[in-house]
Amino acid sequence: MSVSIIFSKLFETFGINCTIFFVTLLFALPLGLIISFGSMSKIKWLQKIVRVFVWIIRGTPLMLQIIVIFYGPGLIWGGNAMPRLSAAIVAFIINYACYFSEIYRGGIQSIPKGQQEAGQVLGMTKAQIFFRVTLLQVIKRIVPPMGNEFMTLIKDTALANVIANKEIIMMSKEFATKGLIWPLFSTALFFLIFCGILSILFRYLEKKLDYFR
Amino acid sequence: MAILEVQNINKSFGNTRVLEDISFSLEEGNALAIIGSSGSGKTTLLRCLNFLETPDKGKIIVKNNVLFDADSASSTSENEIRRKRLHFGMVFQNFNLFPQYTALGNVMLACELLAKERSDYKTNRKKIHNEIEEKAKLLLDQMGLSDRMYNYPHQLSGGQQQRVAIARALAMEPDILCFDEPTSALDPELTGEVLKVIRSLAEKHTTMVIVTHEMSFARDVADQIIFMDGGYIVEQGNAFDVINNPKEERTKQFLARYSEK
Repeated sequence: MSVSIIFSKLFETFGINCTIFFVTLLFALPLGLIISFGSMSKIKWLQKIVRVFVWIIRGTPLMLQIIVIFYGPGLIWGGNAMPRLSAAIVAFIINYACYFSEIYRGGIQSIPKGQQEAGQVLGMTKAQIFFRVTLLQVIKRIVPPMGNEFMTLIKDTALANVIANKEIIMMSKEFATKGLIWPLFSTALFFLIFCGILSILFRYLEKKLDYFR
Repeated sequence: MAILEVQNINKSFGNTRVLEDISFSLEEGNALAIIGSSGSGKTTLLRCLNFLETPDKGKIIVKNNVLFDADSASSTSENEIRRKRLHFGMVFQNFNLFPQYTALGNVMLACELLAKERSDYKTNRKKIHNEIEEKAKLLLDQMGLSDRMYNYPHQLSGGQQQRVAIARALAMEPDILCFDEPTSALDPELTGEVLKVIRSLAEKHTTMVIVTHEMSFARDVADQIIFMDGGYIVEQGNAFDVINNPKEERTKQFLARYSEK
């Protein structure tokens, strides 16, 4: 097999990693915000439930969560399992939403109370205060930790192969079983380039938000 | 006719009583200074006026409208409280400017959001926006900040930030403007420029309630002074009299400590 064919195979399967990455972000970013509101809720029972949920999700391996979501429903209710890719993505969304929620919570709670009060005495609504005053300040503060999470996510996507999603690592292992070991090592390039682009984007974003303190 | 009437306000935080039976009234166009040591309840009183705290007892009446009455279960809907808050403006000790907006943006933001609720907003959007901008620029100009309008808060000195905060509060055209130790976070030089602005507001007969530690400023600018201690009003009256001829022993002690400095 020629090098170019192997690389195109790897490139193709890296599409699975990218799909998981982007779909997870699309849903986990807003879901995390909702969870963070839950964990800061003044309704005590809601806050307890949310915090226990976040503890369970952050306290167990993502690999295990993927397995549970794929096999669990079938074992309990019978019937067909979800498509493999969807099951993996659902697990990623839940897992990352919980991590994001803690980052949001830290960001929101780090904004001085005076900002909210200044909005209140100017007759602004809670929603206006959140969207027009607090949000951008929160975003500025959470950009660095979010950059970390994004990089972890792209590398975590390899875990999806635990339920036989044929992503780039699984593909390269197939080559390895046929006696070709170098494709496995070369997958590092894909992740390196992806993370390189991510860190450039994040540095750009940080710079963009540098106009205020 | 008093523009503001406060009747028998009480407030506790848990078991700590912070305000005890606070009553006073303020005439339109007058300035009231509230003095007293830290922890005497001055700030809490201002926060009650601005609906940042809810008194346990008492009434707050502005222009003969009962804005707050602890005895009658009034609606606490967000919208209603927002409307009531607009009678008061508030200038904080730490300025609390919005860091991501320019000085001009800070002054305009709340006005623009409020204007969106006007029924004619959609048709006159441009015109309303221009009016708000004109007004904001005029206010900043009055604060001596015409060359600082497009600066962000972190590019301004503390005194300039506080003057932006005053313009921001004035832009909402409150009936009564409250100041919570407006110069306590400033060094003496910057204190002067902020006090000058407040003094000019007093000359224009802006109705104001000022919590301050600047005794001579209080005497010169305020028409009326309240001295608070331990949550009570110990003495109140004409500004000159309270500072120069205090009647109560506690007031004398407090003022003596200030003149030592």
